[in-house]
Amino acid sequence: MAVAERDPHTGYLTTGHEWNGITELNTPVPRPIYFFLITTALFALGYWILMPAWPLGVTYTRGLLGIDQRTTVEKALQEAVLDRATWTKRIEAESYEDIRSDARLMKSVRETGRALFGDNCAACHGMNAAGGPGFPSLTATSAIWGNDPDAVAETIRVGINSTHPETRTSQMLAFGRDGVLPPKDIDAVVAYVRSLSAAAGDIPPQAIDAGKTVFSANCASCHGDEGKGNKELGAPDLTDKAWIYGGDAQSIRRSIWGGRQGHMPTWEDRLSPLERKILTLYVLDLGKAGR
Amino acid sequence: MIEQLSRNERQLSLVILLCLAVLGLSMAAVGRDDPLGAHGALVLLAAIGGLFFVISGYYAPEAGPERLHSYYDDPSKVGIVIAMAWALIGLFVGDWVAWQLVNPDLTFDAPWSSFGRIRPVHTTAVIFGFGGNALIATSFYVMQRTSRARMPDQLSPWFVVFGYNLFCLLAVTGYLMGSTQSKEYAEPEWYADIWLVIVWVVYFVLYLRTLSRRSEPHIYVANWYYLAFILVVAVLHIVNNIAVPVSFGHAKSYSIFSGVQDAMTQWWYGHNAVAFFLTSGFLGMMYYYLPKRAGRPIFSYRISIISFWGITFFYMWAGSHHLHYTALPHWVQTLGMTFSVMLLVPSWASAGNALLTLNGAWHKVRDDATLRFMMVAAVFYGLSTFEGSFMAIRSVNSLSHYTDWTVGHVHAGALGWVAMITFGSIYASVPWLWKRPAMHSARLVEAHFWLALAGTIIYVFAMWNSGIIQGLMWRTYNESGTLAYSFVDSLVAMHPYYIARAIGGLLFLIGAVIGCYNIWMTIRTAARSADARAPGEPAPLYARKPALEPAE
Repeated sequence: MAVAERDPHTGYLTTGHEWNGITELNTPVPRPIYFFLITTALFALGYWILMPAWPLGVTYTRGLLGIDQRTTVEKALQEAVLDRATWTKRIEAESYEDIRSDARLMKSVRETGRALFGDNCAACHGMNAAGGPGFPSLTATSAIWGNDPDAVAETIRVGINSTHPETRTSQMLAFGRDGVLPPKDIDAVVAYVRSLSAAAGDIPPQAIDAGKTVFSANCASCHGDEGKGNKELGAPDLTDKAWIYGGDAQSIRRSIWGGRQGHMPTWEDRLSPLERKILTLYVLDLGKAGR
Repeated sequence: MIEQLSRNERQLSLVILLCLAVLGLSMAAVGRDDPLGAHGALVLLAAIGGLFFVISGYYAPEAGPERLHSYYDDPSKVGIVIAMAWALIGLFVGDWVAWQLVNPDLTFDAPWSSFGRIRPVHTTAVIFGFGGNALIATSFYVMQRTSRARMPDQLSPWFVVFGYNLFCLLAVTGYLMGSTQSKEYAEPEWYADIWLVIVWVVYFVLYLRTLSRRSEPHIYVANWYYLAFILVVAVLHIVNNIAVPVSFGHAKSYSIFSGVQDAMTQWWYGHNAVAFFLTSGFLGMMYYYLPKRAGRPIFSYRISIISFWGITFFYMWAGSHHLHYTALPHWVQTLGMTFSVMLLVPSWASAGNALLTLNGAWHKVRDDATLRFMMVAAVFYGLSTFEGSFMAIRSVNSLSHYTDWTVGHVHAGALGWVAMITFGSIYASVPWLWKRPAMHSARLVEAHFWLALAGTIIYVFAMWNSGIIQGLMWRTYNESGTLAYSFVDSLVAMHPYYIARAIGGLLFLIGAVIGCYNIWMTIRTAARSADARAPGEPAPLYARKPALEPAE
């Protein structure tokens, strides 16, 4: 047993053991392996000396360079804030009008606002702010809660039907489901509402007339006598082409039947006043481009 | 199958299955609507099925004592078939998950098919289902042959194989019901974990008992690697899964670790699962099947020993490199990084030892796709261990972490190294186990090889590209000093790479389907010829007859 044999191919001896036909050569460990073992060990040793490395009971070796990830990141964050302060200070201090007339400031608003909008708003309103079923377009001509900067900033701050104590509140009754209106009246008011924005060609005039009466009695208190909406109540303008839940007969009927209580979260706890101001400017800027 | 068991073993298996049935029934009773109740029903059904199976063969005449002169290979055969079945499930679900990232609507609106549930089904099915069964099956084969000893009994290998697969079933069905510990690669809940501990201890004891019966004076290096795999996985599994169940009637449990200690324990486990499950065990496979298939001696006994201890020692420290730039103290990150860098040397020494073993047999690598599977596996082992050490460096990690680069790295190891060495070993074992001169079709092995290689390369390149782009987009600042891209921007940029990745995965899956067909046809022809052969021809045990070499 254990008789070493010479491998004809490599010229090395085997260890003399054999397992089900498998043998092993007794080849010495090649020098590069020792070299790299020592090199990597020296690298590790050097790194341990320079950086925080080994635990010592309740403390640890701090390293000669005195680097610690917590202080490093705090310093980097402070420097970044200082760097940005050249323009963020002006955003915080100046009025919306002044900022919007300053091309360089607006360049920073557009650069920063795009990522802010993408990370916080785009999930509902879409990357291009065009909205989608249930979520309004932010580039539309008439904003539901108003187009002036203060109104937009307030909507972002408190949200709509949100958990914020000062939230904007907007509730449309479920006229059909709760039995406020009989189905016949709903059909009529659907026809009337469509006639406000669409070409009236295929809508029978007598249905429009019947619907107008129902509308005056039930809908005008929020949407106005002419259906132009009410920004105080968040009641949308029904005479324009912009629809949150769709402008075809079926969609309008569904809105009247089941009511609408759209939701937008409050961003006061999540975004800083600076970030909200940038977003306000960004959204208004998008709307301007859309119009 | 049953006729190989002695009378005592048949009785004992009935007792075990009865206990399991009672356990399943009580789990179903106390668990009710909880996932625990559904799992109780599953355990009960499995136990009843097992009982019927044992009873159906209970009165079969006992096989003669001459069976004890040959190796006991039935559990290896069953293990290989089950491993391939898991491969199909795991790779299919994996590709489905990949297409979900391309098109999120592919959940078909069902809760069980959401990304968060079927992704762990994929990882568990491929790592534990495919990889674990292949490791168990090949370890039984290798430990008997390199020890020149039969396993000490006929029951414990079956307990290990079926018990382990019961664990895998509990795991994947649990995820589909939304039951998870939320620890990567350790998702199964407490009762499944306890069951795995029992199975694993039997496995460990079985391995030691076989080794202690060995007729060889020395323990072959493959057994060292297999043993490290079994022992360390037991330690990792037990420590990381210490948890307190909400009650014995609920599947939900809470880890006893919290905060950063929990994270550190999890990644100490997670990285050593890569080390001892996906590396050490498969190195054991490589150290047997590669020299055997190549017909060459291992290049250097000394390298295999220095690598074994290097890998075992260094890996244990490396887990904290998964937590760079987190709340984990800086000094722990330093240790994780430096040990990861040193780890490269023994890893490359192992890969080099495998490739140098092929010197003198490269013509076989050219002609034999089975050996080529093993050769490419060693190359990918070298590639992914280099990448791993590189990504463990803090400054590199700041770019790579949380990106698809990590996913690409894992799959270079999982597809390129683990799956390739397994397919090579299975293609080598199947003709040996079923006593055939060769696989049913060498051309289909060839087709599988090229599909697997193409799939892996497409996958890995797609993820390298997407990962680095992702990492750069997340850290790019504009002139105003704020982030240039939103997260959604990076998702849009990923889309083409996600399509490429899913196609790469599909090629890999098609290769595995071809492999299953080829293995199935080999087994079927073996069954036919066995019928024609005189019964009870024992495999020579003590004769120094060269092992069956496949026809070339």
